[in-house]
Amino acid sequence: MKSIIVSILGMASIFVFQLKNQDSLKTSIERGSQVYKDFCVSCHMTYGEGIKNVYPPLSKSDYLKNNREGSIKAIKFGQKGKLVVNGVTYNGYMAPLGLTNREVADVMNYITNTWSNKNKTMITEKEVAKVKK
Amino acid sequence: MTHIHSFLAIILMTLSACSQQTASKVQAETPTDLIYTIELVVPDLEIPWGMDFLPDGSILITEKSGELIHYRNNTKQTISGLPDIYVRGQGGLLDIRLHPNYNSNGWIYFSFASQEGPEEGGNTAIMRAKLNNNKLTDQELLYKAEPNTTKGQHFGSRIEFDNEGYLYFSIGDRGNRDVNPQDITRDCGKIYRLNDDGSIPSSNPFVGHSGAKQAIYSYGHRNPQGMVKHPETGEIYIHEHGPKGGDEINIIEKGKNYGWPVISYGLNYDGTPFTDITEKEGMEQPLFYWTPSIAPSGLSIVSSDKYPNWTGNLLVGSLKFSYLERLVIENNEVVKREKLFENTGRLRNVKQGSDGYIYIAVEGEGIYKIVPKQN
Repeated sequence: MKSIIVSILGMASIFVFQLKNQDSLKTSIERGSQVYKDFCVSCHMTYGEGIKNVYPPLSKSDYLKNNREGSIKAIKFGQKGKLVVNGVTYNGYMAPLGLTNREVADVMNYITNTWSNKNKTMITEKEVAKVKK
Repeated sequence: MTHIHSFLAIILMTLSACSQQTASKVQAETPTDLIYTIELVVPDLEIPWGMDFLPDGSILITEKSGELIHYRNNTKQTISGLPDIYVRGQGGLLDIRLHPNYNSNGWIYFSFASQEGPEEGGNTAIMRAKLNNNKLTDQELLYKAEPNTTKGQHFGSRIEFDNEGYLYFSIGDRGNRDVNPQDITRDCGKIYRLNDDGSIPSSNPFVGHSGAKQAIYSYGHRNPQGMVKHPETGEIYIHEHGPKGGDEINIIEKGKNYGWPVISYGLNYDGTPFTDITEKEGMEQPLFYWTPSIAPSGLSIVSSDKYPNWTGNLLVGSLKFSYLERLVIENNEVVKREKLFENTGRLRNVKQGSDGYIYIAVEGEGIYKIVPKQN
């Protein structure tokens, strides 16, 4: 009995080890979903659809997909001036949110992996730390 | 597993589609005969959250990022001597208001998010100070809500005085909807009333109630970002953000419960309901509710002779739809709504200046003055 448990645990730990990367992405996305609820949802809305001509969408957003650093920068330092998303020009202002680098990474992992968005390369706290104004 | 998820998602979406909301009783129209326009008076501001007018006509402006600006003779002067400001989410340096007897006592009141206290995070605080040589002096912390939280939402923060000289301010529910607003032993989700020196008036409604926060004047609020004394009746009018739908205008009465989140005309952001009821015994009905939400910020009631057709009308900034809303009220009911200056930008604040003109503060733009159109 004991040996069965040991071998199951052994298998499980190998499995966990293999999944470690996906796992940390998963927990980052989970934390990011809470950040999204606290800081983003009132403008970018539950399904990332934004508000027409006022707040750009995040779901299926070509800007988010193609401008990884620019997106991190906007969340980290705020966003001002013209921004073209899916062919629509937005000229709004998003204040700096006061998030930690980890929170920025978490919410980036959430918005790039939710709705129909997919992102294979996880955004890390380190990557966010490197992004300058 | 994925199938189960998509199945659940479909059920949820169907359910949310079933939660129908009743739209506002009066719809906003675009005016066809507007005789006013706007003129930029203070350029290049980011989030001009609060403003007030000094006796010489110059303007004190708060930037949410934590800067206090004195705008005089077309020049911005940064005022030093602010306390440490907690800039996170909707928190930062927020409203500013001169004492009604500023000329004789020099007191300036302002609200901000503060980290003072043992817990991580911040909460809304009220301070008063005097302005001397571009510096704040004589700072006195009058109120600090507790506990701190790292949540980014709902600091409230508008400041107003009534005709008796009492100081009122709002603090939102701080993102803790189901715990704070209905509990008078806790801060947040409340309108507060203090004497102008920060002491608690003995006539406050919950003085003597065991455990109650004695500064509370009314409760059951979500996030009031507009507050003004009615120029005729002296009553305190507020508006507050709802979630998805259900923004409200309320007239504040002593000790009353305004119902959040037990009663509401709003839904969760994802369209699901959080309550089935919109009214309940012992809870106040709003004077008006907005569905869909306009995201109201800043509130003024016109009393000057510069806008004779607007006397007694409410002016409300819409963050979400980038216009100034004018509401005509007859017998305590909204009978007309108008969208003024559409596409101006996120409208954060509106106030009648000491010169009688109405000023509006727009995010990413600056402060505009409403003036008659030139023919």
